[in-house]
Formats: sequence, C-alpha cells, structure tokens
Amino acid sequence: MADAPQGDFLVLSQISKRYGGVRALENVDFSCDRGKIHAVLGENGAGKSTLIKIIAGVVGPDSGAIVLEGRQRHFANPAAATTAGVVCIFQELSLMPDLSVADNISIASPPRRFGFIDARAQRRRAEELLAEAGCEDVNPLLRIRDLPLSRRQMVEIAKALGQKPKLLILDEATSALTSADVEKVYGLLARLKARGVAILYISHRMHEVDALADRASVFRNGRHIETFDKGARSTAEIVQLMIGRDIATQYPPKPKRPRPQPALKMLNLGWDNHLSGISLEIGAGEIVGLGGLDGQGQKTLLLALFGVLRGVTGSITIDGRNTRPGSPGRAKSHDIGIALVPEDRKTEGLMLPMSVADNLTIACLDALTVGPFIDARKEAKAIDEGVGRLQIKVGSTDDPVSTLSGGNQQKVVIAKWLMTHPRIILLNDPTRGIDVGTKQEMYRLMRELADQGAAILFYSTDYDELIGCCDRVAVMYDGRIVRELAGDDLNETNIVASSLNIVEPQAAGGGHPGREKANV
Amino acid sequence: MSDIAIRVRQNFAFLTAVALFFVVYLLYQLVHPKGFSSAVLVQNSDEVFTLALVAMAQTVPVLAAGLDLSVGALMTMVGCFASYLLTGAPEGTPLALDLAGFRIGLGTLPGGGTGILFGALICLAIGAGCGLLNGAIVVYGRIQPIIATLATGAIFIGVALFLRPQPGGKINEDLNWALTNSLGDFASTVHIFNDGAAPWFAPFAGIPTSFVILVLILLLVWLPFSRTVTGRTIYAIGSAEGAAYMSGLDVKRARVAAFALGGFFAACGGLFLAIQTSSGNADIPQAGAYTLNSIAAVVIGGTSLLGGSGGVLGSVFGAMILRVISFFFRVFDIAPLLQPLFEGVILLAAVSIGAARVLRVKNTLELFR
Repeated sequence: MADAPQGDFLVLSQISKRYGGVRALENVDFSCDRGKIHAVLGENGAGKSTLIKIIAGVVGPDSGAIVLEGRQRHFANPAAATTAGVVCIFQELSLMPDLSVADNISIASPPRRFGFIDARAQRRRAEELLAEAGCEDVNPLLRIRDLPLSRRQMVEIAKALGQKPKLLILDEATSALTSADVEKVYGLLARLKARGVAILYISHRMHEVDALADRASVFRNGRHIETFDKGARSTAEIVQLMIGRDIATQYPPKPKRPRPQPALKMLNLGWDNHLSGISLEIGAGEIVGLGGLDGQGQKTLLLALFGVLRGVTGSITIDGRNTRPGSPGRAKSHDIGIALVPEDRKTEGLMLPMSVADNLTIACLDALTVGPFIDARKEAKAIDEGVGRLQIKVGSTDDPVSTLSGGNQQKVVIAKWLMTHPRIILLNDPTRGIDVGTKQEMYRLMRELADQGAAILFYSTDYDELIGCCDRVAVMYDGRIVRELAGDDLNETNIVASSLNIVEPQAAGGGHPGREKANV
Repeated sequence: MSDIAIRVRQNFAFLTAVALFFVVYLLYQLVHPKGFSSAVLVQNSDEVFTLALVAMAQTVPVLAAGLDLSVGALMTMVGCFASYLLTGAPEGTPLALDLAGFRIGLGTLPGGGTGILFGALICLAIGAGCGLLNGAIVVYGRIQPIIATLATGAIFIGVALFLRPQPGGKINEDLNWALTNSLGDFASTVHIFNDGAAPWFAPFAGIPTSFVILVLILLLVWLPFSRTVTGRTIYAIGSAEGAAYMSGLDVKRARVAAFALGGFFAACGGLFLAIQTSSGNADIPQAGAYTLNSIAAVVIGGTSLLGGSGGVLGSVFGAMILRVISFFFRVFDIAPLLQPLFEGVILLAAVSIGAARVLRVKNTLELFR
C-alpha cells in the first residue's frame, strides 16, 4: 500500500457548500484510507450526498481543499474525477435505459479497434465484469429498460468496476438488491478492500454497516459529528448520534387482538406466468407484509390489485363485494378505495417538476372541485392538512417537489394517497433509501392508519421492517405465496427459509446479523 | 432467451418497417405494367433518394432527443448552391457574389470534373457547417432544438430565395446522366469498366446508381459513425441525458455532432435533388413537405421521437414506404387533389401497425415507459 502523507488517501479540509440559503456542508474535515471500508452515516439532509457529489466532481465546494494521494485536486466534472480513480455509484442510477447492458458498462471508454467500438470485445468485457460483480445471469445484450431494479443496480456496480476505481463510493447501492446479491456485493467489497481500494459506503441499513464497515463517520445538519472505528460505538449510540435525540423503540407496538374481518380478500389470483394461486386476506386494521426475495411477484401482485394489469384471473373481494379494478382510476374511486405507493417515487410516484402542492392534490382533485373548476380554497386546506399530517419539511408548497430530500418526497407520495381516504393501502418498499428518522415516522404512521381501520399490504426488502411492523407476513416465491407467518413464527430464520422455499427452517446463519436489532 | 430472440424483440419496429416495405413494393411491382425492370427501379430509386437522405438527417438529432425542423430548408438551400457550383463549365465557375452593386469575388473553381468535385465538396461543407450552427445554437445558446431549428430553417430558406428568386441554374448534363440512371450508364459516362461493357460488369449494370450511392453513404458514413464513442453518446443522450453526463461522456460535443451529421445528410439530399432536376429551386412548400415527411419516415422506421432507440436505416425504409405509397397513385391514376387525403390515411395506418403492441401489453404501466 502506497504511503500518502499521514497514511491518508483522501483528505478533505474545511469544505463548505451552500445551495441558495441552505447550508449543505459547513467546515467539514474528512479523510479516508486505502484498503478500508468507511461508512458515512446520517439522516437525509445531513450532507452525505453533497459530500459525495463534491468528492466525485459533480458539484464544486464553495471553500476548502480536496487532497487525493497527496495532491490537491479540483474536479471540474465527473469525468475528471473518474480519470483520477474516483468512481461513484449514485443512488439515482446512472444507466441509459435504451442502451444494452454491454453498452452501458463500457459507456465511457469502450474497447476500440481502429477507432471504432469493438462490439465483440465490449461484450466479453461486460461478461467478465458482470461475473466479477456476481451477476453472470444478466445477458449483456439486454436493454437496461428490460431489467428489474435489482439487476440494474448490479449492472451499475459492474460498470463502476470497469473504471478501475482507487476510491469507490457506494451511495445506497444495495437498496434494491436481493439478499443473495447483497452477499455477492459484500464479497466483492472485501476483495476490492484487499486490493487496496478505498471504499466509501452509504447505507441506511444498520446491519449492513455493522457487517461491512471498518470505520464510520456520522454527519448531521451539514457537519461532521464523529468518526470512530468498528465496534467503538453500539448501534443505539450510532442512531443517537445521527438524529441527535434518543429513540426508545424502533417499531410501534402491535395490538394484541383476534384477527379482524377481512377487508380485502384475494382468491386464487393469477397473471401471465408471473402470479399463480394467490390467496390472501387482509383485515381492516391489519398490516400484512409481503416478503421473499426480490422479483418473486410481490410488486406484480400490488400492480394487479391496483388495476394496472390486464388479464388477471381469480377473484378480488373488498368488504364482501366482488370487485375488479380495471385501472388505477377505478381502483382509487370511492367505492373501491385502494391506494398504491409505487416502487419508484421519481417516475411513478411524483411529477418531479411540478410543485409540492400540485403533487399532493393530484390524486384527489375530484373531491376538490366546484362544478368543473378546482376550488382554490378547498385545495389550500387539503394541502395544509397533508403537509401537517406527515410533517413534510418544505419551504413553500409552491416549490418543485424535486427540491425536497428523498424522505420528504416519499412523504409527499404517501400524503397524496392519504388524501383519497383509502381503505386499502398498498405500499411498495416505501422506506427504500430513506433515513432512520423518517423511517420511524413511517412505521408510526402505518400503525396509526391501521388503527383507524385501514387494511395495509406492505412489501419490503428489509426483513427487520417486516418483522417489526407487520401483524402477518406472506412470503412469496416464484409468483406464489409459499408461507404465511404470524406471531412467534414471524422471525428472520423463517422468513429467509421461506424466501428460499425451504419449509423446514435451517440454520439461521447466512450472514444476517440483524435479528437483535428489531428493538434498537 | 437466445441472443437472436433478444435482437428481434429489440428491433421489432424496424423489422416491421422492413417487412411492410417489401410487401408494398412487391405489390407495386406486380401491378406496374413494366414491373421488375431496371427502368422502374432507377426511377423509384431517384425519387426515394432525397427523402431518404432528409429522413436520415432528421434521425440523428431525434436519436439525441431533439427534433430538427430545418432539414427540408437546409436541403433546399444546398440545392440552390449546387445549381451555381456544379455547372462543370470548361472555363471554370466564378465564386462571386453580387450584393447591392458590390461584387465580392472568392476566386474561380476549375473547369470540368475537378470543378464539379470541388463544388460538391463545398455544398456538403455548407450543409455540415449549417448543421454545426444548429447544434451550437442548441447546446451553447441553450435553446430547445425545435425552436432553434424553426428559426434557422427560415434563415436557410431566406438564403435559398436570395440565391434563386426564380428556379434556374444549370447542372452539368453528364453529371445528371451519370447519377440518375443505372450503373451501366454511369460507367459509360465516366469511361470505366470498358465503358460499362466489361462482361463481369453485366449483372450489375441494371442497378440504379442513386441506390448504390445511398448504400455507400450508409456504409461509409453512418455505420462507422454509429460505432464511435460520439455516436454511442448520441444514443445515451436520448436515453438519459443526466446519466450520460454522470458517466463522464462529452454530451455537448455529441449533440453538436448529431446536428452537424444531420446537416451533412441533408446536404447530400439537396445536392442530389439539384442534380436530378438540373436546377436550383427555393420551393418553400416543398421544403416544408420534406421536413414533415422526414419526421413521418423516422417514426415509421422505428426510431422513438423521445430519442435513444432506432437508427437511420429504419428511416430509409420509412422514406421508401412513404414514396411507394405515392407511386401507387401513378399506377392507379388517382386525381392529384385526392393524394394528400390518401397519403394521410395510409400514413396513419402505417404508424398504427407499430402502435398495435398497445393491444398486447398486459401491464398497462409499460405503456407509459
């Protein structure tokens, strides 16, 4: 390992950055080493993203210095940072959906022959890098558009590997991965570490940070609060550093009571090879989780219930009436009353350039009209209610929703659907890429809504969450529900076993230290 | 899924256009009294060439998610330049401009074949330069392509009208003869292959020269370009501009290059139209029609107007389909006044074939992606 001054590979000193009147970073000193995995922790809005953008050359700091390998650097753009060996996997995927996997992986510097892109060499290179990242199953010819989110993230990782990083930055890079893929990524990071690559790792999953990081830095409100080595702080202490206040329990208590009457009843639902024989009941006031590996039909099931899919077989009964929502417009209507918080808030949840106010009311405009016109007074009242109920942090509701942080954007999506007064709420991984504080608010809100009589179907890729929040969990495998877990059976061992369609629970192991974190 | 199946699925719109073209063109040849003869092929190829090139010119900016409304006007303007520069007069062609009584001279093009070659190169350079201007305005002026090219298109038409207030000019007759007939005629005009009488040449003598030029442009210009990083970047911009920038690609250069290459293709079209008609004509309605037809050809050929997927070969087939439709009018002798009506209906039908996938989509969310 090359010895830079003080053994530090990257040193930031006195970095400050403002966006308009908002202070994103203030006098931040930060450093990281080669051959170490360094976790960066903090709530959304703590300044992690800005820090990374500055290191990766996306934005320039207002003041302060960046020293990489002993030399002071100013990166004018992401390309300059990449040339210097700083490679970043951003939370917003940097893939081109219409180009093939192979094209994407080699996009910046494809293998060339006589100056022209060598398609065959490019494909070989893609296959090698995909294999190194641990996703050989992806055909490099496929377009990104045709891959599920979890595969796209793996392609993103393969693309980063191809750029020969000296400093690799992962910003929530595992948020949509299946647990099997996460294992592969862990292995990959360990290999990179052994090769002397410096790794900056941002994640909101505490057990990931526990498992991976050699060192961690906590940010809060644009300041660097503390850096400590692995094991120096307990998880509870870390969470406290991040939010600056105590949290007693992570999940709200579950009510003890007999199973309520079903509000939503599915019988033998099927769709186009992707779903078959789905039978599930959700009672009014119940939170039912959907578990299992990614891509086993959970998202498809939610879309089927919301009327997005054509040709769904089987029956859907709501409050005892046989129903068939034919479109999202029908599904949200008063007599059915379903709401879906979709997978991708940036494309399906929000209209990013439109204002917070317009986004909040867009699903319930029918209720705000007088004759053919939207009533400004009713609208303003509804907006105030929505912002207040979810405590959305927003300067002005006329600001574009794209200016909000990820957590607050997700709150806008949820508030928007609550305005339609749904009786059945479908949630598609609503806490993905959201900070600990906001997650807690979401958990409380879910329980609150259930207590008010809503039936909630909650898909999450995070087992802790399913165990902590749900009254029951239905685990899906290959388009079917393989097991329903409730009460004491609802634990990580059972979920993992059922996810792999193993009925007899096997040894818990499997690298999922996280069970004990259910009560941080 | 096998590699071939993947490729077929990804190029479904393009393959549909190819199949549609062969069906309608075969039908046309069958009903034509002189079907399957070299003369008909030559005539059709000449009529397709300019639209095919203008459609190619449209495709490149569209791949980078920008519509170019100036392609027809640029093609027309280059045609007007060509009508001055391709005379091939033995005494040479003076490069001079009369502006309000002042004469600005830029020297003289040599006479004969060399002069024609230089004249053609100047025309192509003018086209590429004007495309470059379009690109620079869009990228550095930060003006939306549709508005920027609406304005520059009007300027190009203005220049064309200044050059040719009335249709006119004179294009070298040999040049006209060589390029708008079969390869055999080309060989006998330029005195190669024993004036086209070489025995090995006989099977190729009936192929239209303009078709060969079109194929050469595709093979020598588009194919290599699409395999450069700049070419790839154009697709990347149309697919996700932010991701392209974050991947360290030179987004600005690629976008300028897209318009410049479009200008080059438009110039090829204008050059050919001038040679074909032996004159320059600042025909405003015709320029507009070419622009609109180029957009139609791009869509029929399977290139998404949102950018990112498709290619110029599809647009060539799109242009050929559009032209074949009008060929039918001649065979069936339909009144010219009714033609736009029929053309519109058939265009709508052709585009609907591509849209038929809507009926098969089972996940309605995919319709919005």
